[in-house]
Amino acid sequence: MSDMTSPSAADHPEGAERLSEERREAMRGEPPFVEAPTTDSRLVRSLKEAGITAGLVALLTLFFFLFRTDIAVGGLALSLDPVTWIVAIAIAFVGRFLLSFFVFAGERPSVGGWKKVAAATARWPIGKALGAILLLVALTLPFLLSTFLPSQNRYLLDLAILILTYVMLGWGLNIVVGLAGLLDLGYVAFYAVGAYSFALLATNFDLGFWVCLPMAGLFAALWGIVLGFPVLRLRGDYLAIVTLAFGEIIRVVLLNWYDFTGGPNGVLGIPKPTLFGLEFSRGEGSFSDFFGISYSPVQRFVFLYYIILALALLTNFVTMRMRKLPVGRAWEALREDEIACRSLGINTVNVKLTAFATGAMFGGFAGSFFATRQGFISPESFTFIESAIILAIVVLGGLGSQLGVVIASVVMIGGIELLRNLTGLQAIFGAGFDPTQYRMLIFGLAMVLIMVWKPRGLVSTRSPSAVYKEKKTIGADLVAQGEGH
Amino acid sequence: MSAAQNIETMPAGEPLLAVRGVETFYGKIQALRGVDIEVHRGEIVTLIGANGAGKSTLMMTICGNPQARTGQIVYNGQDITSLPTHDIMSMSIAQSPEGRRVFPRMTVMENLQMGAILEDEKFFDEDLRKVFELFPRLKERRAQRGGTLSGGEQQMLAIGRALMSRPKLLLLDEPSLGLAPLVVKQIFEVIRELNANEGLTVFLVEQNAFHALRLAHRGYVMVNGAITMAGTGRELLARDEVRSAYLEGGVH
Repeated sequence: MSDMTSPSAADHPEGAERLSEERREAMRGEPPFVEAPTTDSRLVRSLKEAGITAGLVALLTLFFFLFRTDIAVGGLALSLDPVTWIVAIAIAFVGRFLLSFFVFAGERPSVGGWKKVAAATARWPIGKALGAILLLVALTLPFLLSTFLPSQNRYLLDLAILILTYVMLGWGLNIVVGLAGLLDLGYVAFYAVGAYSFALLATNFDLGFWVCLPMAGLFAALWGIVLGFPVLRLRGDYLAIVTLAFGEIIRVVLLNWYDFTGGPNGVLGIPKPTLFGLEFSRGEGSFSDFFGISYSPVQRFVFLYYIILALALLTNFVTMRMRKLPVGRAWEALREDEIACRSLGINTVNVKLTAFATGAMFGGFAGSFFATRQGFISPESFTFIESAIILAIVVLGGLGSQLGVVIASVVMIGGIELLRNLTGLQAIFGAGFDPTQYRMLIFGLAMVLIMVWKPRGLVSTRSPSAVYKEKKTIGADLVAQGEGH
Repeated sequence: MSAAQNIETMPAGEPLLAVRGVETFYGKIQALRGVDIEVHRGEIVTLIGANGAGKSTLMMTICGNPQARTGQIVYNGQDITSLPTHDIMSMSIAQSPEGRRVFPRMTVMENLQMGAILEDEKFFDEDLRKVFELFPRLKERRAQRGGTLSGGEQQMLAIGRALMSRPKLLLLDEPSLGLAPLVVKQIFEVIRELNANEGLTVFLVEQNAFHALRLAHRGYVMVNGAITMAGTGRELLARDEVRSAYLEGGVH
């Protein structure tokens, strides 16, 4: 007994070579299995990395800092601003050098900058700190905007609402795709069900947003289960095809069921949300009237912003809680190995259905928010491209990562908007160049590049939901041979 | 030959697990041709046979996937032949499946927790302590991901995970698969210890006939989906047919 359980050197050789490939794959390039350290000295390596960073910054800021277009008499005038550009490059070089030399420290093995950053994030709670900062920014955003960017306040707030809607949808889909590992290409169906549930309930029965919101969520969850049943035995590609079809079926039904949904004309006159009965409009009984402040249309945007922020945070909170409950663990186990799940007595049918239903419910919430924000919905808003964008957000962010979804939403939705405004590119491609026409092309290229650099998504680490609490650690005396049984 | 011939070596009383005349098909292909096996409380019973004999099929049929077309499987006095897998596996039967199947991206702790997912939380700490006692390696590696463990450690984890569900009957499907002889010896030693100290009943499907028969109280030999020999481990080890078919050149 004693010689078999004691961890002896003889334990090591078994199957080590054969398994090392498998293991490296499972580790996904994380610290212990990163290749052997390079032989360069710390200084040389840091300089090299700083050089690469500076080069990247130089390339990326070329059109932001070096070439400037200004409005001049008779059109646009191109001006060169090398000073700003060089300063930016210098900052990047020095910053990266200092980071490489002092923070990422030479002792830790590394192959290159990317893996080094990944290793650093895995060790430090950067994710947590970043999450807290993002939360703080999100909570104070309307005030920050009205203080620092009053001219673009409304536009940026609207963009923030859009981004948060996608964050919420991404978090909802993350339950199905990221945690439970069920590839769902028809997630927009639940978004549509939520939107139409609210729109039809509100216009036909004169119900308000807050009454309809839970109902819309329940309807969507119900449809999640309806989709779940036929696809219980499917996985991977086959599941993707069926869910894709499901998403289209819902849209086509909405389009053709004219009497009920209004067909291509959609549903008009969807009520705006109220704050305990206070409307965001001019005149008697409105929010501004009640609190005795002057009316501003921005107030409604701020209110909508906080609604979607609260809904998104609710999604996140529920997901994080569920991950720690047996059902959430079962989702993750299902993604890892369905057969092993069954051998542990887990009812995989229930696990899959709860994943579909929970994910769909949050999609439904987001849908009713979308309907109330727009005031008008039609089947055109729920095409496959929406499903694709949401899925892209989840995949780009790193399957199963909550923070990744946020970053990916900001990058994707914000990025598309940003490209709309890149009129500076006209300097190179001529005045006829319309950046809005090429933004999807640039965007697609950016996505390809990200997936080449970070094939597992922007945040590829998975934090364990169970940690062995140190206070419960079993003392060595209890682990000694012959004790207990 | 059938199991009935060796009735004198079998313990008396109601068996914990009884497989009676089970036939299993994959589509039109018959994988099991009327298998009879009994496992009594406190026994280690092994089933040996060549590749494709139907050993794993029998194991999976006991677990209800695929289900037996004819015949009956009785566990603890209850007919489980046509129950769904998750119901069978929540009846204090635990399985360490073929190929180990630990959850690769989950840590050792999380894997063990998955084993106890259907159990009362109050047993968790004690069960965890027991598993770490049996496999100190798992304690060292508790924060590591399942997929990064060595083959032997993964097998330990698979058995540990199965034990976390407080089973009466442990089903092991080829625990020695792809492991070095020394590790196989360690794992089998733990099985022996569990059986001797905790009275755990074990049904072991193995290709490694020598080790399995030395460990088991009784054994069955399966050829082409049917049981051809039965007896105590020692008896079977001594038989020429077994030696020539499964042991020649294969004794570690």
